[in-house]
Amino acid sequence: MGSLRENAYPGKLFIVEGIDGSGKSTQLDLLHKWLVSEGFLVVFTEWNSSPIVKSTTRRGKLRRMLTPVSFSLIHAADFASRLYMQVIPALQAGAIVLADRYVYTAFARDGARRLDRAWLRKLYAFAVEPTVAFYFDVPLDEAIARIMEGRPALKYYEAGMDLGLSRNPAESFRLFQGLIKNEYDQLNREYSMVRIDATLPLVAQQRLVRQIVRPYLDGAVRLENTGIQNALKEHTLSGRYLDEVRLRERSAG
Amino acid sequence: MSTPRFYGIRPPGIEDQPFPGRLIVIEGTDGVGRSTQIALLREWLEGRGYAVVPTGFRRSDLASRGIQRAKRGHTLDPLTLNLFYATDFWDRLERHIIPALRAGMIAMVDRYIFSLIARAVLRGVPRAWMEDVYGIALVPDRVFYLDITVEELVPRVVNTTGLDYWESGQDYLRGQDLYHNHVEYQRALLAQYRTLAAEFGFQVIDGGKPIGTVFRALQAGIEEVIEGMAPMGVGAAVRDESLDSAPVAPVVLPAGPKPESAAVEGEAPTAASPFLREAVLPEKGLRPPPS
Repeated sequence: MGSLRENAYPGKLFIVEGIDGSGKSTQLDLLHKWLVSEGFLVVFTEWNSSPIVKSTTRRGKLRRMLTPVSFSLIHAADFASRLYMQVIPALQAGAIVLADRYVYTAFARDGARRLDRAWLRKLYAFAVEPTVAFYFDVPLDEAIARIMEGRPALKYYEAGMDLGLSRNPAESFRLFQGLIKNEYDQLNREYSMVRIDATLPLVAQQRLVRQIVRPYLDGAVRLENTGIQNALKEHTLSGRYLDEVRLRERSAG
Repeated sequence: MSTPRFYGIRPPGIEDQPFPGRLIVIEGTDGVGRSTQIALLREWLEGRGYAVVPTGFRRSDLASRGIQRAKRGHTLDPLTLNLFYATDFWDRLERHIIPALRAGMIAMVDRYIFSLIARAVLRGVPRAWMEDVYGIALVPDRVFYLDITVEELVPRVVNTTGLDYWESGQDYLRGQDLYHNHVEYQRALLAQYRTLAAEFGFQVIDGGKPIGTVFRALQAGIEEVIEGMAPMGVGAAVRDESLDSAPVAPVVLPAGPKPESAAVEGEAPTAASPFLREAVLPEKGLRPPPS
């Protein structure tokens, strides 16, 4: 099978993978906050979020026009766009890049949609190998229970309805997630992923994650102290509108 | 077309059954006269009772608008653009072309994967990767390539559409001189087409000749392709038994870039090298503009 391109840039790339409901995004978010508080230069990217591609993906999903191949290609376009616009420049600048889902998500989902595995690996041959790929392993039943608790309705492609596994969305979702989990199990054998037991308490998982990340942080770029904390303290301000500023900066970028 | 053959893999969802229709591709650079010829061929074929389904780049329901929007912006890398085009290609293949072939029609395709490969290679995308991605493409019954020299091409383009930003390589070439870049870009592009024509066995037609001459050459080629094919309404839907027993020759893509073309293709990537190669910059494009 294919391999990814070695990361020859000064920055580090940490990515999280796992089926829906594995808690990977929560763990990445906790890692993100910690790295920022430690003063590191951190860039975050998530699956299916390229400003120039996501409207096409959305169109295809809403109108149910996507077939396994077009589903795969449009997600690869989204990935390429984020890789070249966000990830690689940040790695060149020595940043720590955090990615919520990476190529393995495409391998798992598109593999579950019966696309040729070797073809998928060639398609993503341009991807940079992560410094560490975390896989949050959770039993299927627990993941499903977590998802069903907080979600009003499953979307068509999210539930894998296009595979024709079942006409009941909840049942289809369960079968689809099971197929994806099988793909992930194979990926864990094929690539060196760090498996985290996602049934452990949140804090215990995060402790593990930080322990694994820490050795890679030597020499990572830290932001100059901007003095924002001192300014807030001196003027007894909470800084509650600062998030808005960051959001605006991000959407403008 | 007998049993459908693909350059690389058979994508999921495409049955292994013979298609009674024909897939005909017209390749060539912008301004060579592809659309004119396709318009004439369509009328001619329809007059003989064949149903013709025309298609070309950016005509998919799924991706055409997205591509247009992306090209208007200024943050588009060559891989994303390529994968956008690949999405557009596949959407048309699966939802326009293959249904037409199944129904016994002639799919007349204005540019196929080869134009996409030629353009991408000039912009530094590895050719081997393009061929891998387009392993999902259906092998056409025939590819006609309308060849032309830059000297013949440029006056035609100036006379019709004018010089286009992308067709002049302005997105990656240096300098502001649109005319100069157009000439050099098209020269490099035509060289790519000719390489592909030789490797993939296109029927090459001199597109520099008068329209009527080119049309006659295309007609003669198409006569061969549609031989034995029933026009619509005369039993086109009836299964042609001879197709079932037709031998299926495996399609083998030519091996990767040859050493002598290394200047164009770039060196084989090592694991840590950047994925994209140096773009092909026409030698003259590197010179400072004359003062």
